[in-house]
Amino acid sequence: MRRLTWFNATSLTLGFAFLYIPMLILIIFSFNASKLVMVWAGFSTRWYGELLQNEAFLSAAWTTLKVAVASSTIATVLGTMAAYVLIRGGRFWGRTLFSGMIYAPLVMPEVITGLSLLLLFIGIGLDRGVLTIVLAHTTFSMCFVSVVVSSRLVSFDRSLEEAALDLGSTPFEAFRLVTLPIIAPAVISGWLLAFTLSLDDLVIASFTSGPSATTLPIKIFSSIRLGVSPEINALSTILILIVTIGVLTASLVSKRSSLKMQADERAAVRN
Amino acid sequence: MAQTVFEPWNDPDQEPLIQFRNVTKRFGDFTAIDNLSLDIFEREFFALLGPSGCGKTTMMRMLAGFEGVSEGAIYLSGKDIAPVPPNKRAVNMMFQSYALFPHLSVWDNIAFGLKRDRLPKKAIGDRVSEMLQLTRLEKFAHRKPHQISGGQRQRVALARSLAKAPKLLLLDEPLGALDKKLRQDTQFELMDIQEKTGTTFVIVTHDQEEAMTVASRVAVMDEGRLIQVDTPAQIYESPNSLYVADFIGDVNIIEGHAKKSGDGYDITFAEGQPVLHAKTSRDLGSAGKCYLAIRPEKVTVSAEKPEGRTNLVKGTILDIAYLGNLSTYHVKLASGQIIKAQTANTRRIARRDLTWEDEVWLSWTETAAVVLEV
Amino acid sequence: MRRLVLIAVPYLWLLTLFLIPFLIVLKISLSDTALSIPPYTPTLDLGAGWTGVKEFFAGLDFENFWFLTTDELYWKAYLSSLQIAFLSTIMTLIVGYPIAYGMAQAPDEWRPTLMLLVILPFWTSFLIRVYAWMGILSREGLLNQFLLWTGVIDAPVKILNTDTAVYIGIVYTYLPFMVLPIYATLEKLDESLLEAAEDLGCSRASAFWLVTVPLSKSGIIAGCFLVFIPALGEFVIPSLLGGSQTLMIGKVLWEEFFNNRDWPIASAVAVVLLLILIVPIILFQRNEQKQREAEG
Repeated sequence: MRRLTWFNATSLTLGFAFLYIPMLILIIFSFNASKLVMVWAGFSTRWYGELLQNEAFLSAAWTTLKVAVASSTIATVLGTMAAYVLIRGGRFWGRTLFSGMIYAPLVMPEVITGLSLLLLFIGIGLDRGVLTIVLAHTTFSMCFVSVVVSSRLVSFDRSLEEAALDLGSTPFEAFRLVTLPIIAPAVISGWLLAFTLSLDDLVIASFTSGPSATTLPIKIFSSIRLGVSPEINALSTILILIVTIGVLTASLVSKRSSLKMQADERAAVRN
Repeated sequence: MAQTVFEPWNDPDQEPLIQFRNVTKRFGDFTAIDNLSLDIFEREFFALLGPSGCGKTTMMRMLAGFEGVSEGAIYLSGKDIAPVPPNKRAVNMMFQSYALFPHLSVWDNIAFGLKRDRLPKKAIGDRVSEMLQLTRLEKFAHRKPHQISGGQRQRVALARSLAKAPKLLLLDEPLGALDKKLRQDTQFELMDIQEKTGTTFVIVTHDQEEAMTVASRVAVMDEGRLIQVDTPAQIYESPNSLYVADFIGDVNIIEGHAKKSGDGYDITFAEGQPVLHAKTSRDLGSAGKCYLAIRPEKVTVSAEKPEGRTNLVKGTILDIAYLGNLSTYHVKLASGQIIKAQTANTRRIARRDLTWEDEVWLSWTETAAVVLEV
Repeated sequence: MRRLVLIAVPYLWLLTLFLIPFLIVLKISLSDTALSIPPYTPTLDLGAGWTGVKEFFAGLDFENFWFLTTDELYWKAYLSSLQIAFLSTIMTLIVGYPIAYGMAQAPDEWRPTLMLLVILPFWTSFLIRVYAWMGILSREGLLNQFLLWTGVIDAPVKILNTDTAVYIGIVYTYLPFMVLPIYATLEKLDESLLEAAEDLGCSRASAFWLVTVPLSKSGIIAGCFLVFIPALGEFVIPSLLGGSQTLMIGKVLWEEFFNNRDWPIASAVAVVLLLILIVPIILFQRNEQKQREAEG
């Protein structure tokens, strides 16, 4: 028997209040008419208007989006390859080093990753800009993709691939026609994870970006260092809204498809 | 009308479809298959039977091409198959888990192999319809694997592996996932389809009843070796070793000393017990320790001493297992040996007169028991 | 051939953009500071052949590491990072465990929603979540307004730009990392074990301590490492919520590099930070492996 005692109810209420109240306050004060962020002076959408006029923010947002799309896409390809090699590659020279290099970036402090990449780019004389941020983001997010995809591949029934080979597919066809469609949900969530990691990243981007490329987190960071600003509140509200809609949609879609699956299976048993 | 008996293994002119020649397979230090040679003929329904880990699945995976051989060679229609990758072999496999592609419909699953051969659309459609008809799946063509029942999935797997008309079909525990009732029906369906298509089937199973029912020949395996390869009747009636006798069906084993006598052997097995006699053409050498294997249904149990029986012992009933159609009596001899005897319950229960602690006589004919070497 | 390409592409990518950069950091940490571009010597001059390589190695020494031990700024920063990471991990555990426990005890139909509520902040920008506290904790912020209103204090107190704010920030941002692994172990906990414990004479509370807590140990350990490891190298939280006196090694590294342009010292700071992290990382991996083995 699961019981929702007063203790559990209280800890859940307090816990979620702690998680959500700061964000709610942020959202509420983005509609504050006053320039002084924490003093309520009536409802206004003025800061949203000003945000949309702010060229610097808009161009930073555009750069961030470009970097995130490019790096998460490359990272998904590389990370899926890496996961496949780890789970299906068998033994090869330097396998331990390889799996070490996949897992190490997950726990590596961002300041170290950022510093080391910057030193590499300077060492080989690569000008810092969008390209270097994309390279840096791809490197750490491919490791996250690889972890997500390999946890799916571990539970993947290998006889499905063998069946495809047995029926005359080449190994590449077996991957394209059987493995990939089945692990697609994991690949997609890997891409989404890589995408959000890239959108969020401040530290690594600060190290690897040059004056020609400023991402949104860098821009936000440099402006909030000086204090709270209502424009940033408006920007944060928009970002929170996008993420919330995205996560809710994704969970509804996956819930609906798993419900349909269950219903189908029940129907199949009854027939 | 004289019907020729299907026994290609007894015909020296027949060319085997598959030949294992001194095949050994090692995984690291573990020897899965140990210097094994075997011929399988066209149109055969051949069963590899043994406990898990005996090497039967490895044999099948070597035929499909998922494992190489460490030593020796495997020939298919006289050609060494070692250099042929699995996707180029005229061999198809039905997987234990069925391995149906969950994202494809029944129709697309069956068409999968045909599409890989780049057949024209029309030919693929015709062949898939034929397969759907053969396996009575026409109604389910557009369903996904999770939308059909376990028995239907099994038939899809069969249809998919037969679609390319392979020279050889491998079936890995094909009925293992079905419940008992469905399993029995499906066994006959499988035999029927094998006969209709004329494909050579090699089935791997740990279920001896299943192997005996479907197969033309059965190979009993243990620890990477073939113990006996023969027809189901021969395997049951004249096992060549204690292992086979014990593995297939229920059996009484009596340990004793054999001495050559006439057309068979005299066996003494315990002090104060009569000498038993068994007819056999087998030669055990001069004399020595042996096992006598007797199937329980070949032992007659009676309250009065029967006349003129060669093998006759006396004991008391220890236990009676009533199985409905049969009853098994566990009878303890004075020497402590327990012998099981089985009788068919053709009479109503009230008429049967044997009960616990009764003294009874057990008897069997000279040919009922099999003498086995230690 | 295909297999080779499959292995080589991600392998070479990680070698070039992960391993080699790190070796460069290691090399620079052993070099001397110089007023040149790049601001360190020696540089590897492969054109000079063998003598170039020999000179390169001759120029390396542990001077920078020695310097780290002599200047108390650095070892104080390491110690204070360890302290902040450790204490905030404990606090996150204290806040997170009841949430995970409450989720595991909640009715089945609530649980996906509760799970979603924990995951949602995780997908939301880290920077924004830290920023949200800046307005609350500032001198004119809501927390001070609230405390003044209730009469607990009669003049605004400084919370933002103190270590307290850093603790709040770490607990807040890393809470999902603590809740999720603990919830995963608690959810699998067989309810009949607690009934058995109570049947054998345990009180509700002692059944919790003797059965629930030990069985959720692996989740607790995983959660603690998931908070501790990133908190140790944290940069954003101390620089936004902490004050000038807040010493954390991520912030020191950043300042050495960007403000003082002392690359060799920044690299040495990074190498030592990594050495400190190796122990918890190995312990964490071992815990994960044990858990995988226990699950078969």
